[in-house]
Amino acid sequence: MAKKVFGRPKSLKENIFHYCPGCGHSIAHRLIAEVIDELGIRGITIGVPPAGCAVLAYNYFDFDMIEAPHGRGPAMATGIKRTLSDRVVFSYQGDGDLAAIGIAESFHAANRGENISVIFINNAVYGMTGGQMAPTTMLEQKTTTTPAGRHKTLDGYPVKVCELFSPLKGVTYVERCTVTSPANINKTRKAIKKAFQCQLDSLGFSLVEILSPCPTNWKMMPIDSCKWIDEVMSKEFPLGMFKDNITQEKKIAEAV
Amino acid sequence: MNKVLMSGNNIIGEAAIRAGCRFYAGYPITPQNELTEYMANHMRNTPDGVFIQSESEIAAINMIAGASAAGARVMTSSSSPGISLKQEGISSMAACELPGIIVNIMRGGPGLGNIRPSQGDYFQATRGGGHGDYRTIVFAPATCQELADLTMDAFDLADKYRSPVMILADGMMGQMMEPVVFKKPKARIYSEKFILQGAGTGKSKFIRGLILDAIDMEEHNWKLARKYKIIAENEIRYEEHQIEDAQMVIVAYGTAARIAKGAIKRLRDNGLKVGLFRPITLWPFPELNLRALSAKVKNFLVFEMSTGQMLDDVRLSLQGYAKIDFHGRPGGAVPTPSELANVIARNYDKND
Repeated sequence: MAKKVFGRPKSLKENIFHYCPGCGHSIAHRLIAEVIDELGIRGITIGVPPAGCAVLAYNYFDFDMIEAPHGRGPAMATGIKRTLSDRVVFSYQGDGDLAAIGIAESFHAANRGENISVIFINNAVYGMTGGQMAPTTMLEQKTTTTPAGRHKTLDGYPVKVCELFSPLKGVTYVERCTVTSPANINKTRKAIKKAFQCQLDSLGFSLVEILSPCPTNWKMMPIDSCKWIDEVMSKEFPLGMFKDNITQEKKIAEAV
Repeated sequence: MNKVLMSGNNIIGEAAIRAGCRFYAGYPITPQNELTEYMANHMRNTPDGVFIQSESEIAAINMIAGASAAGARVMTSSSSPGISLKQEGISSMAACELPGIIVNIMRGGPGLGNIRPSQGDYFQATRGGGHGDYRTIVFAPATCQELADLTMDAFDLADKYRSPVMILADGMMGQMMEPVVFKKPKARIYSEKFILQGAGTGKSKFIRGLILDAIDMEEHNWKLARKYKIIAENEIRYEEHQIEDAQMVIVAYGTAARIAKGAIKRLRDNGLKVGLFRPITLWPFPELNLRALSAKVKNFLVFEMSTGQMLDDVRLSLQGYAKIDFHGRPGGAVPTPSELANVIARNYDKND
């Protein structure tokens, strides 16, 4: 009998994604669902989707979810996690959600060392509202609200979330990945798994940033979008591990 | 239980914990800091109790929304400017039908205003406050005993109707001390099916306020409206004070009603037959009960520590049925009973 080596994760519903062709959300969703299946935590996971393209995430994820007002995911996740400390709670946030309107909620949840995970989709643009400037929009990048390109003196600079969050003492694990190639997708899956495991072991706040293509609003073909991440975006937002205190935190936890 | 002497802000905290509140988040703002501090001191000694000093009022309301969804009895508190910040979350809780208690210890406004007692947030509290088509139950306690009783009742109503409930008091109520007796709280009735705690081996569920289909969203609005209608039919509370022989009735709530009682005592000592109608629920407003009073009294005076907000609801109740006058002191000015008595006396014999 043939062995099944690939299938739809149990933590994903049968619904067809509404995301545009080439969008990174569908990949990120799938990776999260795969990790949740792999860790066997579907029954104890509560997800908090954001306002933005991923607002309908509950149509796709097959575990409990509650939608947060724009930017407030980490505050809501804090409330859930402090009430049900043995559940796995994560917020799924875009760049506007995390780094603009919700920077206070995200930053302080991280600083409190809330034992939650944040999956951060950085596509350098506001997707759902039609391609306006995001806090992570690149300098010179054209959006509908920076028609001549993002200008440093008018619009400021791209906000680097991993670099900002990793020095916080409450933060245990921070990594930036992307989904532009099978190798990068595998790395992202590993990072998400590590973040969730960090939470399962009660080791504190974890954040995985995913540089994610938005071909529609970038006005590029999907393949060129991946190329743009690899060649341009990841120069501003370098991939890699920013903080991994997991071993250290484990030792402290074991000593106590 | 014996009587204890406590200040208003502490009473709300104690009543909440006794009622089973196990999650409190708040941000410091005068004149309600004692409540936040009380929760900080006492939640840590309460099994499963959580206290978080949040980074903002916006975070606090969303924290309690999350904890509410996860099944805890929840409360947050603030004062006027902070309550404005919470409106996004209150609207969201109304949409998602999440129970929770929001305490507003009002101060002078608009803007940062001042930290003196005021009643300028009546419109905000009774008209929903945030965006969208929704209502919140609003309790207006006027004594420390009511702060205790209504705080406990607020938790029961929030669960019963799966709705945020607001306790609207002012800096005077928060700071004053009176003896109170804490009643025995009722056992919580709240179905597990509304609680988000992980799907287990069963079907997953989600809680949302975003409903993109207009017809579905319309139906959700009508569903909420049907709920508000039931609340309006069943949860109205008010007090009538010395109205049996009254020639004139004062309509006031909260601290203003206390001042009115003092004024009425003085006036009655001088032979003026004045009574008080005090709404205890500001929404739902006791419209028909007030109108019923107009069958025998034709002279009403609304007294508020604002430029006239509840006045609108009194007009909706009495316009065409009786004469309505108004006296207001906004911005944190608190009139004495004798000042109010003089105003009432001037209007007592007016029959225009």
